[in-house]
Amino acid sequence: MPDLGKYADTVLSAYGASLLLLAALVVLTIWRGRKVRREMETLEMRMKRNG
Amino acid sequence: MSIWEYANPKKFLATSEKVMPALWVSSAVLISAGLIWGFFFTPDDYRQGSTVKIIFLHVPSALMAINAWFMMLVASLIWVIRRHHVSALAARAAAPVGVVMTLIALITGAIWGQPMWGTWWAWDPRLTSFLVLFLFYLGYIALWEAIDNPDTAADLTSILCLVGSVFAVLSRYAVNFWNQGLHQGASLSLDEKENVHDAFSSPLYVCMAGFVLLFLALVLYRTGTEIRARRIKALMARERLEA
Repeated sequence: MPDLGKYADTVLSAYGASLLLLAALVVLTIWRGRKVRREMETLEMRMKRNG
Repeated sequence: MSIWEYANPKKFLATSEKVMPALWVSSAVLISAGLIWGFFFTPDDYRQGSTVKIIFLHVPSALMAINAWFMMLVASLIWVIRRHHVSALAARAAAPVGVVMTLIALITGAIWGQPMWGTWWAWDPRLTSFLVLFLFYLGYIALWEAIDNPDTAADLTSILCLVGSVFAVLSRYAVNFWNQGLHQGASLSLDEKENVHDAFSSPLYVCMAGFVLLFLALVLYRTGTEIRARRIKALMARERLEA
């Protein structure tokens, strides 16, 4: 860990907030993508079964 | 081969699924490398101390906040002129990515500004135009959600995107237009006096490249999701008709 001096809180909070937002964006994007893909596959299978 | 082939949803999905793994991996590698390099291996600035390390998140996110809007503008214009659904959905998919990038730029800017300027916020031209851009992003997302007919939503959001482009331009050039306010000029410039020192610019370029690739990966993935969500709506409507 580098010596951030008197600005340690400033730098760490900027990194913490940014990385948290980026991680949330990636996780939510993938979570919704998988959910929608599952829904589409289920619907397509149901429609195929019902002719 | 023509670029318009990708207006076909099947072709778009097949191609994007091929390139996405490389985009995810390269963006993760570049962002990690750039941030580790910038955080651990760059010196403190003689005036700003260790707060200069915030530049490795602030500048790339601000860059993507503005350019995401321009990507949305191009996609919206393609929708308005050629009526390709994939382009309208790509614009829709980019908006949440743009809003997060704008939020990161605003938050890191406020955190950085407090010790350097003595205030979290000032009604400076660049800061204000960035805040307005953030509000435009929220309005754009809300408008998509508020309208049931996807073609009408795409038409109206395209117009909103066109109007909001003024603020995207202002966010980039406000410092040049109005020679006032707290925010400094461009961090990266061909002018050596204005440009940040090489010790900072090299990891900064790595982070910027990583953010661009992350944006591309997210937008391709989210556009695929929007295409599938649209297909679900179409299939459900057909099912209701047949029942």
